[in-house]
This record gives sequence, C-alpha cells and structure tokens, in this order.
Amino acid sequence: MRSDEISGMTVAAAADAMRAGKFSSEELVRAVFDAIDERDGLIGAYLTVDRDGALKEAKTADARRRAGESGDLLGIPVAMKDIFNVKNQPCTCASKILKGYIAPYDATVTAKLRTAGAVPAGRVNMDEFAMGTSTEHSAFKITHNPAALDRVPGGSSGGSAAAVAGGMALASLGTDTGGSIRQPASFCGCVGLKPSYGRVSRYGVTAFASSLDQVGPITKTVEDAAIILGAIAGADSRDQTVLDKPVPNYRAELRGASLKGLRIGVPDEYFVDGTDPEVMSLVRGAIDKCENAGAQVSRISLPHTRYAIAVYYICATAEASANLARFDGIRYGARCADAGSSLQSLYDRTRTEGFGKEVKRRIILGTYVLSSGYYDAYYSRALKARTLIRRDFEKAFSECDVIMAPVAPTPAYKLNSTVNDPLKSYLGDVFTVPANLAGICGISIPCGRTAADGLPVGLQILGPAFGETVLLRAAKACETEFGL
Amino acid sequence: MKYLVSIGLETHVQLKTRTKMFCGCLLSTDCPPNTNVCPVCMGLPGALPLMNKEAIRKTVMSGLMLGCSINKYSRFDRKNYFYPDMVKNYQISQNTDPLCIGGGVDIGKGENIRRVRINHIHLEEDAAKINHYDRHSGIDYNRCGTPLMEIVSEPDMHSSSDAMEYLTALRQILVYAGVSDCNLEDGNMRSDVNVSVRPETSDRLGTKVEIKNMNTFKGICAALEFEIDRQTAILKSGGSVVQETRRWDGECGETFSMRTKENAHDYRYFPEPDLLPVMLDDGTIEQWRSELPELPGKKRERFKTQYSLPEYDAGVLCAQLPVAAFFEQTVQRGAAPKSVSNWIMTDLLRLLGQTGRDISDIPLTPDSFASLLKLVDSKSINTPTAKELFEELFEKGGEPEAIVKERGLGQVSDTGAIEEFAARVVAENPKVAADYVGGKAPALQYLVGQVMKLSRGKANPQMAAEIIKRKIAGE
Repeated sequence: MRSDEISGMTVAAAADAMRAGKFSSEELVRAVFDAIDERDGLIGAYLTVDRDGALKEAKTADARRRAGESGDLLGIPVAMKDIFNVKNQPCTCASKILKGYIAPYDATVTAKLRTAGAVPAGRVNMDEFAMGTSTEHSAFKITHNPAALDRVPGGSSGGSAAAVAGGMALASLGTDTGGSIRQPASFCGCVGLKPSYGRVSRYGVTAFASSLDQVGPITKTVEDAAIILGAIAGADSRDQTVLDKPVPNYRAELRGASLKGLRIGVPDEYFVDGTDPEVMSLVRGAIDKCENAGAQVSRISLPHTRYAIAVYYICATAEASANLARFDGIRYGARCADAGSSLQSLYDRTRTEGFGKEVKRRIILGTYVLSSGYYDAYYSRALKARTLIRRDFEKAFSECDVIMAPVAPTPAYKLNSTVNDPLKSYLGDVFTVPANLAGICGISIPCGRTAADGLPVGLQILGPAFGETVLLRAAKACETEFGL
Repeated sequence: MKYLVSIGLETHVQLKTRTKMFCGCLLSTDCPPNTNVCPVCMGLPGALPLMNKEAIRKTVMSGLMLGCSINKYSRFDRKNYFYPDMVKNYQISQNTDPLCIGGGVDIGKGENIRRVRINHIHLEEDAAKINHYDRHSGIDYNRCGTPLMEIVSEPDMHSSSDAMEYLTALRQILVYAGVSDCNLEDGNMRSDVNVSVRPETSDRLGTKVEIKNMNTFKGICAALEFEIDRQTAILKSGGSVVQETRRWDGECGETFSMRTKENAHDYRYFPEPDLLPVMLDDGTIEQWRSELPELPGKKRERFKTQYSLPEYDAGVLCAQLPVAAFFEQTVQRGAAPKSVSNWIMTDLLRLLGQTGRDISDIPLTPDSFASLLKLVDSKSINTPTAKELFEELFEKGGEPEAIVKERGLGQVSDTGAIEEFAARVVAENPKVAADYVGGKAPALQYLVGQVMKLSRGKANPQMAAEIIKRKIAGE
C-alpha cells in the first residue's frame, strides 16, 4: 500500500489491515512520519515528534501482535496534545514557562494507551495551558486549519484536530475544559468527544480547571472515538474524581445504532441571533435529517444557559489561578535569566516572562474573583448558578435521550481575527461550556460544509452524565445518515 | 491598673501515618534531602492528590479524645500563597468544613480545674523544610505532604503557664491516642500563639498579635512572656497595640514585626476540586470511638480507686501510656498494686532513664516482673537480692524462680543455719555484743551484717536480728 493511503486510514481500518498482515505498525508509524514531513510545514500541528521512541514502540507492538495480541489500538500512533505527561517527552503546554521540561512520569491516559499498544508518536500544538479557542495563544507556533490554511484550527486542542484532519495522525488525544475538543473538531471537520466528568482520569494531565477538564479523542469517525474512549476510560487509583463505573465496550455498543425512536431535544437557547446563518441552517438541516430518519425531535429549554459564559469564566479562571501558581521557576521549568536579588523578583520576572498574555489575563481574573470581598459576589454565586445549569440538563434528559445544537456560533475564522478581542473569543464558547459546567458528555461530528468557503461545520450532540453509550450510538447513526 | 491576658494557640501536629497525606511516599525523617518525594508531593504538572484515610481516622480520633463533635461532611480547600516551601503555591487545607468542631482540654488541678476550649481541628499537608545558610537557602521537600493536624484553641489561657499546661495535656492525650509522637525536636508538634492584653475593666478582648517561629515549649513560654510585657507596657504608656504577626527570635529573646494587618495574606480559599468531600457515617465514627484509649485523666482516677494508689503514684504511672499498661499487666498477674507501683517508680523508671531504652523494648516482661515480686512477698528472696535480680531481668530477661533455684539465691529462713552463724558472730565479737547490751543500737546492725556475710547474703535479716538478740541475752 502507498504511504499516504496507510496514513490516511481510520484507526478501525488500520487495525483490521494490521490484523490481516497488510502492513506492520512500524510501516504505519513511518507512513505517518512521511505525512508529517510532507504537510506539517504548512499546517504546523506538531511541536515535537518522537521518531526514535515511536519506532521502537511500534516494533514492540509488532512483537506483541506476533505473540497473539490483536487489540484495536495495537500499534496505532496517536498524537498527544502537549498537555499530557508522556515519560521522557517534553510537556510544555505550549508555554515558555515549561520550555525544556521533560515529563518524568506517564499520565494515566498515556499508560492506558500504552497498555492497549498505542504509540504516543508526537506532541501537538495547543493554546497555552489550554486557554484559548484558536491555538493562536501557543507560545511556539501558529497552527493552520487543514481545511483552509488561512484560518484557525480552533482550540485549545487545535493541533490535535489539525493533525487528524491533515492526515498526519490517525487519531489524537485532546482535553476539553469549555469546548476545547469539540470546537476544533467542528472547525477542522473531525469527530471530537468530550466524555462525562469523572469518566477519564486526569492524572498526569496538566490542569487548567480541575472541575471542568476532561480528556477525550479527536478522530475521523465515531467508531474510532469509541475505540479510544474504551481504552482510556475507567477508575484510576490516582484520581479520586474518576467514578468507579464499569467501562462498556463502546465500539461493540455501536452495532445497530439507529435514529429510529431516538428522542432528540433541541434547546431554544442554542438557536439565537448572533449565530452564523450558514452554521444555523447546516445544524437545523442535520436535525431535520434525523427526524426524517425516524427520530422524535422536540423543542426544549435550558433556561440558565445565559449565565454559562459568566459562570464558566469565573470557575475556570479561579481554579486556573491556583493550578498555574506552581509554575514559579523554583523547582522546574524555565526561570528568568535575570531573576533579580529577591524571591519576589524571581517570581515576578519568571512569570512575567514565562506566561503569555491570555494566561496572565485569566490568572488575574481568577485571582480577582477569589479575593476577599469579591468571593461572595463572584465565585460563590457562580457555584450556585452552576448548580442551576446542571439541573437544567437533568430535567432535559428526563424528557429526551440526547440534545442537538451547534458546536460554535461560527465556522473556523481567519487567523488574527480574534486574538486581540478576548471577549469575542470567549463568547464563541457559549454552546460548549454548559456541558463542562454540568459534567455531561458531548460530541462534535461533521454535518456539512459552508457553501461559500467550504468550511466544515460540526453538529454537537450532548448526552447525560455517563451516557456515552447513548451519545456514541446517536452520533454513529447520524454519521451513517449524513453520509459524510 | 491591672491587665488581663488572653492567649490562644494554633498547634500543628504531624500525624503518625505510614504514608504522606496525599501520596504513597512513606513518612520518613532520615532520608537525604529531596529523595523521599514523588510527582504528587513535588507538585509536578498533572499530579493529583489522593486522600490518606488513616490521617482522617487519626484526626477524628484526636477530636473524639478532645471531646469535639465530628463533622459528617467535611471538605478540603486550597489555601493560596507563594512561598518556596509549598510546591503548588497552595496548601491543601480545610477552611469552612473542618473534621472536628468544639471540644476542649482541662488544665489546673483540684478546685482550680479550668477548661481551654477548642475551636476546631482541621487536617492539612505540611510544607518543605527550608534551611538558611550564609549566602543561600536550601529546600528539603521530604517533609512536604506529611499529614498535619491543626488544633485551634479559643483564647482561654491567661498566662504562659496556662499555655504550658495546655500543651502538656494536649501532648499527653495525642501521644496516648497514638496519633503522633509529638516529638518537639523532630518538629512533630509546633505552635503559633495569639496574645492580647486588656485592662481588667474592659470586657472586650484587646488587639490580637500572632507570634510564630517557636520551636520548643520553652520558646513558646519565653515568647509569651516577652509579648505580654511588651503589650502591657504599650497600654500602660497610653499607646495602642497594632494588630500584626510577629516573629520570635529565640537568640535575642524578642519578637519582631513580620507583617501588619494591612499586609496580611489574602489566602483566597476555595474548595479543592481534586478531592471529594469526606463523608463519615455514624457507624464509622462509633467504630473509631471504640478504638480510643482511656484518657489520661480518667485513667488516673481509675488507678486511684481500683488499685488504691496515692494521687502521686497514679500521676507518675499514667504519664506514659506504655508504663500504665505495664503496671496493669503486672498487677493482672497477681502482684500487689502498691509494690508494683513502688518498683516501677523507683527502679524501672530509673533504669529506663539511665539506659535511654523504651519500655516496649526491654527483656523484662510483666510476667517475670510479677513472679519476681511474688518471690519477694513470700520472703523467698530478700530485698537486696531482688534488686540485683530486677536489674538482671531488665538487662537480659529470664524466669526469676528458675534463676533463684539455679543459683541458690533463696533467702535462708532455716533457723538452724542462722542459729549457727549467730552463735559464731556473737562469740567472735564480744565487744560489739557488749556495746549492744550497753545501749548502742547500731551495734546490732553490725552483727546482723556479719551473719549476712556468712550466709552470703541469703539470710533473712529480721530473723538474724532476733536470733542474735536471743544469743546475747544468753538464751
């Protein structure tokens, strides 16, 4: 087979081909490296590629296969967002403050992928510390959207989506704190799954907002997303917030997925002015197709949606202000070359130099909302509103199986168009943050392209907490129905 | 005018658990710097805390010993501040929902017993140890993450001696409960104090000053006395005390201002999202309650009534739980309580002190101790022999009856043998015998000594004296 045919495969197809002896994992990994060499100069998805390490692991996977193993992820290279700890690889979170930092341990998701035989092949770009929606806040490089090189890939897992969309990875891992998997998947035309809070371990995932962060895959198909979720989900003795619930065989659960009788809720609050008309009509069109295929579509209300952005930017920045406090130049990471003569100047200069503008903005916001005298007005009220948002979803899911909505108000926008307008980019999170606040699961799947520019647009499907099986089955049925 | 002093203490106690508060590193004091650490206690990116259930249990047990009510819902919070001893630049602590609320410690004696109320007890992680050198400082993160229980008292103490009594009682209770070694030298127990002084006529507490950096009870006492004098002098001269945190400098014996109220830290507490709240049910709390040892005060009272011991004996025996246990185990094996108590207080504690050994770690057992005392009670051996044998048992252990038999240490109460020795002694020392007849009492002691010598220490001395008296009287 030709190298680009191999690197362009889905996980499921590559796994079948390797089982059938059509190529080895080593050949697959080399094919992916060829694709990176050929295309990443224009796209800029990867920060580092661990060629030697990946080839060594690919050979190990081939040996495991010869010894009788045949798992779906055995020998599959996976692109890792630069936020995951992979032992002996850099882990910079696209920040200067972690330049040169080499992870001394594996994240639980890394270890689980290794157990399944997957190969963490390289590290992909992101917004610094996962703060941003365009990957333009990376301290190291710009990532271009493979579907339109003058546009952003979305973010913060922009590198993860661009690598998959650009045919430079069969699948990737990202994190989603307020939409950071779903939105880039929508912008690049991939499948992006945000599991329920507590489904996947966060151990070894550099924290942005601990109560919102969740790890998930970006893939070409729903089936591939199910395969990866099955490998990374489940209890972890190192993360108390993961629930000890059995992990279904998500891939097997997809069999017989159908839209017939599926109760779809369509929230009024997600179809409002300000959303790009083409996005609106593509999403509405997708829902119509579901209805025509036998789904029961009904209007629902999630009345507290209007508080979501405010609540999100209070909770997330508050937690981030503490989570990022450890980057101080004392123990690891970069320290300002001229640290001055006092502890205070060492802190000030290291953090001033090490953090980018957006990260500083959020640390300051988070510090402010937790400050004495402001805590009750902001943080404490945000927690209450967060409860209301969660209840909205609980009520909705008592009446429907899944909720369908747009992922983002726009398709991928032009590079440099929001980077100096933080509020505009924050408002772009309006349809994705509620799922994180409520802890439920959500997925973005392609539902068409804009007429004018041919830009991918995603359909967002939301499911109840730990309702990944229902969610993935609905997504699989849509994927089949849309035929994209 | 007279002034009233109010003192409150915040006492940090390192819990004696197997592992650290939020990771699997063992608690260890003697590792080279920065070797007993892992991604979690080093606060590396991505590391997450895990709850040490034993630390929860030990804190709750401390609370139960101190009469606190236990919160069934408790939670951890992040306390934010930048300092190199804190790897995450926040400390995982408890702010709004600590594990234990209320309770108290009794100080004073008899009529003068007073209660120092406890506000709450919370659990947190210890910070690194910073060593300052001439031109640099070294940070040892080994201590990071040691479970640390903070006991916050109400300002119910009124003098440095109150504070000492409180700390002594608190320490005894915590050591009793097995929650901590409370070794001050190892930094197991450290206290910050709050002091305020007000005119006797005022019913509102004066302005509070917090003092930090005392490493010993003596240091706390000295810092309190210095600070009480300082504040009193300010008030006497018509000034007012500034609310601030001061640092005790043990070398100059003074406190120095660290920061005033305006510069106080804003810790920006918020709920720790990486840990679930701690939920305790009645069953668990009752289970832990049933595992509590008897409180020192209760044990003292029981020793007085159950064993008819004087107050002093009960106090000495109960000061250390293992000593009290050794006493009771010996008594349970049939020895007379008062003589067990005497032997412990005079001989056992002396030997422990001299050798620096731990009572749990000596060859002498309650069994051998009790059989030794039986031999004394039955007059099978005399007191000097018993003392020698006791030291031997302490050093090497063994079965007293067997040793006595084997070496023929048994006391000679056979009148025939003593009669013979006595006759010889009286005959060989006519002058001494005459002295005794002439009224010199000590002369008899000399003669008894000679009989003991002939019997190689085994004669019953009382019997020997009686027989000598009879011989001199010519009977």
